[in-house]
Amino acid sequence: MTRRNSLAVFVALGCIGLPAFGQLSLTGAGATFPEPMYTKWFDDYRKVHPDVQINYQGIGSGGGIRGVTEGTVDFGATDGPMTDEQLKAFRDKRGCGVLHFPTVLGGVVPVYNIPGVNAELDFTPEALAGIFLGKITRWNDPAIANANPKVKLPGNDIIVVHRSDASGTTYVWVDFLSKISDEWKTKVGRNTAVNWPTGLGGSKNEGVAGQVKQSANSIGYVELIYAAQNHMSFGRVRNSSGVFVKASLESVTAAAAGVQMPDDFRVSITNPTGKNAYPIASFTWLLVPEVIKDNQKRDVITGFLHWMLGPGQKLTDALQYAPLPKMVVTKEEKAIAKVRSS
Amino acid sequence: MSAAPTVLPRSRAGSLADRLRLGDPFAYTLTVVCAASIFLVTCLLVYQLWLGSALSRHKFGWEFIFSSTWDPVTETYGAVPFMFGTVVTAILALLISVPIGLGAAIFLSEMALPAISDTLTFLIELLAAVPSVIYGLLGIFLLVPVLESTVVPALKSVIGFLPIFSGPFYGVSLFSASVVLSIMIVPFIISVSREVLLAVPVDQREAALSLGATKWETTWQVVVPYAKRGIYGSIFLALARALGETMAVTMVIGNTPHVPTSLLQPGDTIASVIANQFTEATSDMYISALIELGLVLFAITIIINGLARLLILTTGSKTGK
Repeated sequence: MTRRNSLAVFVALGCIGLPAFGQLSLTGAGATFPEPMYTKWFDDYRKVHPDVQINYQGIGSGGGIRGVTEGTVDFGATDGPMTDEQLKAFRDKRGCGVLHFPTVLGGVVPVYNIPGVNAELDFTPEALAGIFLGKITRWNDPAIANANPKVKLPGNDIIVVHRSDASGTTYVWVDFLSKISDEWKTKVGRNTAVNWPTGLGGSKNEGVAGQVKQSANSIGYVELIYAAQNHMSFGRVRNSSGVFVKASLESVTAAAAGVQMPDDFRVSITNPTGKNAYPIASFTWLLVPEVIKDNQKRDVITGFLHWMLGPGQKLTDALQYAPLPKMVVTKEEKAIAKVRSS
Repeated sequence: MSAAPTVLPRSRAGSLADRLRLGDPFAYTLTVVCAASIFLVTCLLVYQLWLGSALSRHKFGWEFIFSSTWDPVTETYGAVPFMFGTVVTAILALLISVPIGLGAAIFLSEMALPAISDTLTFLIELLAAVPSVIYGLLGIFLLVPVLESTVVPALKSVIGFLPIFSGPFYGVSLFSASVVLSIMIVPFIISVSREVLLAVPVDQREAALSLGATKWETTWQVVVPYAKRGIYGSIFLALARALGETMAVTMVIGNTPHVPTSLLQPGDTIASVIANQFTEATSDMYISALIELGLVLFAITIIINGLARLLILTTGSKTGK
């Protein structure tokens, strides 16, 4: 390489580092479900505070929890709240606690593909548990047919489709099933990945949706926002008040309103009380360490959290995420003060 | 004045290295370092796999490779379904692709006109460069529907009585994964085998023809045996790719951590389950189990390769050098 060429290469390499000067940059990683919302938020926050750059990688809730525990990222994001063991592991590793801050709400809906059936099906919780346990094997089983008296269901076998990768979507789905079915709770349990008794695995929402579309007489579960944006038809689920509710931004927000919010914000809102509540919904959280020694970083994070609870919440509808209920916002505003310097 | 080249005295030949006669030893050391570094990296890799899987190895011991339960909720992990899926899909893919690949290589090297051969070879080598994700997409959107609508029903009417080919077919299955894998590994077999077949000396062919052999007899009984070593090499390459292939397999295999009783049922492979679950694996035991799966895959690859080479050593090595 000539001297002139090597000089050019050095200058080019140096330019990559230039934008870092005078910038405060934060990194976060975690759940993929809220990634579009977070990307928009961080972008808009940058317009208000041009010297702040927040980077977010959607690597999955598990990755987010691991990253924030190890300290490889400044904050994490998860669809399923950290368990007591994970909280203890965080405390052991970092010497302080970790705070959960709910950001938006999402729901998980049952999608299905039955040739000849275009109607919206109603599912009871028992029917869903039975199908996913592999006990209800035909579409015209009484458990499903009784809830859909006007629909002629075929006698074909049900093909169950679930997630092959671990995900918060799965966590919400099995959390609901664990609550309404003791058999599910003892036999399978709840986690971001479980030992599914039956069914085919699809990778991510796209994989499940694709598999359902391709397989006749199949049923799967996807994120509400994914179903809405891809114009997929999905069924209604009966809530604890006995009402069959279709998932929507309103019914998901109603689910959050019907739950007593604990101080640490780690709560499951599946199967809540409330007539209009959709029973398979969940918060998604940002994970922020309790102690942030770097003053600048701490100010940026707390500043962003305040912004997120204010102007940020107004941006959720455009991307079809459900905003937090007012009561949660008020409680969260106070909790931001818990982030301390030492 | 003779035209013989004059040999310059060493002192006038130039560089210090030349003068100190460092050339040969230096070249030797450099190449030894290159070879050793590959070996060292492999050893480091195995060491890291060993370390990372320590938690899981201590908890499960040998049970890990005999147990078929994979339950992240109760933290019980077993590798059998994935070992089964990996080995079965790789072997089935080889069974499909070796005859096709070898046949194509023979055609391209022995029978085709040079113009056709060169064009086809170029296209086939392009196929080898296609990213595996593309094959996965092709698998889901093109191959699986075709298999479901025409190929599998036809096969079932012929060999459907066999238990390994029975049961309902939902598209994603061990069989689909094997077919996708075979499409992916065929280019390797074709390009390497073709090169080896072309390298067989012309006098071998001429000798056979002069003894009265037909073109096919020459090819099959003289040329191919002469090139056996290289062809086996291409098969090993293809097998290695098939054992480790991740993206294409994970999209069409169905991702069910159970041991299937029929090729038409969904299954899972080691590479596929690691890719799917590693990023979300939250507990240390979960990650350790996945790393141990990686160690198991490494061991499987070595064992299968070793067995295959043993098979070749003990069966014919009289023809072909």
